[in-house]
Amino acid sequence: MENDKEKQIYMDYSAGQPVDPRVTTAMLPFFNSRFGNPSSVHTMGQEAKQTLQNSREIVAKLINSETPEAIIFTSGATESNNLAIRGTAGRNKSRGNKIITSNVEHMSVVNPCKLMIRNGFQVIFLPVDKFGILDLEKLETELDDQTTLVSIVYANPEIGTIEPIKEISKIVHAKKAFLHVDATAACGQVPIDVQRENIDLLTMSSNDMYGPKGVGALYIKPGTTIEPANQGGGQERGLRSGTENIPGIVGFAKAAEIAKNEMANESQRLTLLRNNLIKGLIEPIPYSYLNGHPTQRLPNNVSVRYSFIEGESILLSLDIMGVYASSGSACAAKTLQPSHVLLALGLQPEDAHGSLMATLGRENTQEDVDKLKSLMPDIVKRLRDMSPLTPKELK
Amino acid sequence: MYSEKVMQHFKKPQNMGEILDADGVGSVGNPTCGDLMTMYIKVKDNRLEDVKFKTYGCGAAIATSSMTTELAKGKTIDEAMQISRASVAESLGGLPPVKMHCSNLAADALHAAIEDYQKKQKNKKEVE
Repeated sequence: MENDKEKQIYMDYSAGQPVDPRVTTAMLPFFNSRFGNPSSVHTMGQEAKQTLQNSREIVAKLINSETPEAIIFTSGATESNNLAIRGTAGRNKSRGNKIITSNVEHMSVVNPCKLMIRNGFQVIFLPVDKFGILDLEKLETELDDQTTLVSIVYANPEIGTIEPIKEISKIVHAKKAFLHVDATAACGQVPIDVQRENIDLLTMSSNDMYGPKGVGALYIKPGTTIEPANQGGGQERGLRSGTENIPGIVGFAKAAEIAKNEMANESQRLTLLRNNLIKGLIEPIPYSYLNGHPTQRLPNNVSVRYSFIEGESILLSLDIMGVYASSGSACAAKTLQPSHVLLALGLQPEDAHGSLMATLGRENTQEDVDKLKSLMPDIVKRLRDMSPLTPKELK
Repeated sequence: MYSEKVMQHFKKPQNMGEILDADGVGSVGNPTCGDLMTMYIKVKDNRLEDVKFKTYGCGAAIATSSMTTELAKGKTIDEAMQISRASVAESLGGLPPVKMHCSNLAADALHAAIEDYQKKQKNKKEVE
């Protein structure tokens, strides 16, 4: 293999995104000159308070929140998910001790749920079908009067599958439980309406919509009973103490405003690129498959797998050529286990190891997609030639 | 993440392939864990005249396989048995800690191939 890093092609937008220059510009004054603390009585403090309120209104609009006050700013999706799960289940434990979630959740949902098990709660991890869609019948069966919280991902970033949130919501609310939706990957890519979809708690992340890292939000529908996960000075209606990260929040709001305005066009553009790339990564290569749902998927998500080879070596091969992507292979992770999300689809570990995820974004063009399409057959062939698992017919 | 040397071996693996009339073959690892290596050896006058590998796995798995064949080629059986996971990793300028156990299996595969060869030799003698 020869190096070819003339142009770097970034296709790992679900891992990290560039901050939109319009966002950076909006943030800058809040570092050096407009640095007041919203809790202060003086003019600079009150200006910061107003900025915070304006930002809350803008973020609320992105998801059609009933009121800006339903938005609680946090340090990102992990904190929002922790607050939603620990705060809601903890606050409502006199009503019941059962939490329902799924097998395709992010670790920032899985691990707080495991913590709740240690705290005496019962947690059910519901299965999904081979496309990653939640088993709604099992949801209905498991929901009982002990269940206070159901936490389901809006769309999983590894496989792209979008869950039927409206239907899930109907089932959950028929049993009077609260519905938390982790919309980290979906929010900003697909239109979300917390009133129409009847969502009680919704996790949002700034860096998943071209805002800065280290800021996010939890939407909490008025009437949802919840307690804080951390104690402190009582900011954010007492639910998230700590001096507000005003530059981050301003950036998040700007990113949310841009996402609202540009989402429709950008999603349409990405969907075309996505479909073209999926086709180009699968059709010319035998023993290759799509992960996730063919149509009910995020506009930017391409997730495929190749038999007989391992994902990290695919990523390294692409990296040498200047293309940056991701994999659910054990070797590409810290855990030494293949992605639990891919295993939840019913894949064998050896199949999950051969996965490749390309998550597209604003900078990507048809030219980038064509480049990856043109590289992949040779990369797969080279690694298959090396692999003792490759069947004779492919040699 | 990886040293320059690891990437060199990943880009241009040495001695990749099968030896169809191998004197010894050894496999270690498990596709479930993401790593599987097979080593093939050809022995002449107690020396490893040829060593080849086939590997399914991550960058470290491929690089350690390639490095091991390089270290083993031309060595006597006894010398080849001295090649260890640690010496392979060292020759590659080190491996990330997480890879030391899961993907650094090539020395074991080499030893398995030598043991396979020795077993075959013993069987041959018994037949004679």
